[in-house]
Amino acid sequence: MAAGIAYDDVEVGTELPPQSFPVTRATLVRYAGASGDFNPIHWNEKFAREVGLPDVIAHGMFTMASAIRVVTDWAGDPAAVVEYGVRFTKPVVVPNDEKGTVVEVSAKVAAKLDDHQVRVDLVATCAGQKVLGMSRAVVRLA
Amino acid sequence: MALDQSFVGRSYPPTDAYEVGREKIREFAEAIGDANPAYTDPEAARALGHPDVIAPPTFPFAITFKAAGVVVQDPELGLDYSRVVHGDQKFAYTRPVRAGDRLTVTSTIEAVKSMAGNEILDVRGEVHDETGAHVVTAWTKLVARGADAQRDGGEA
Repeated sequence: MAAGIAYDDVEVGTELPPQSFPVTRATLVRYAGASGDFNPIHWNEKFAREVGLPDVIAHGMFTMASAIRVVTDWAGDPAAVVEYGVRFTKPVVVPNDEKGTVVEVSAKVAAKLDDHQVRVDLVATCAGQKVLGMSRAVVRLA
Repeated sequence: MALDQSFVGRSYPPTDAYEVGREKIREFAEAIGDANPAYTDPEAARALGHPDVIAPPTFPFAITFKAAGVVVQDPELGLDYSRVVHGDQKFAYTRPVRAGDRLTVTSTIEAVKSMAGNEILDVRGEVHDETGAHVVTAWTKLVARGADAQRDGGEA
């Protein structure tokens, strides 16, 4: 599972290219279908408000899937990811318009580990708030 | 109502096999907007050393969360699913999930806690292929918000 980035070429603090991920209601409907998560808080505004949310929110797993793209696009082979974990700290609120919202993801190498592995720490924000906490991946490099 | 602590350590029988199809992986990759060819093009996947297209890293959740349903809906455990949000999620991979896999999941309750009026449930899902080899382990933390607890993040 060779990755495109060499272990010897990265240092603690190396930044991965950041990415922005637009999210609209259509994105959520499509993700619901593909993932099988049909919880109405992800598509029904009335239901979301009834359970105390400000509006429809994105699936946490959609945000998690988006964030790791910063790592898999950098590493080349998605199989380079050997561990990945997040905490869902704030919901990603998705308004009912064509613009929706945007999740911004940045990441940097936080530690060099044994066996050509590095720990990458990710930061995901939406509307200026951190939406993932403790977001970390262990990645095996070439 | 506090969850039953005696459930800690309980494992549920392995699920029936889930057969991973190329088109299901494609559908999932398109839904997350990820154009990585390793998810859709067998040649591109083979060039990376994989026998067939592989699935994105979070794909296994669809399988493990379905399997965790037996835990979440276990009437003896007493979890109020209408108040459940997803707190944490973690994966540890031996190899990526790939097309053609027939995967089974064994769910185990790792922890049951009460904190600040919330009930917290940690479930581990071990995913194995048809040869019995380990593929991925998924850890899912579910938080059932208490009636008076302040909502501060999480997602269902």
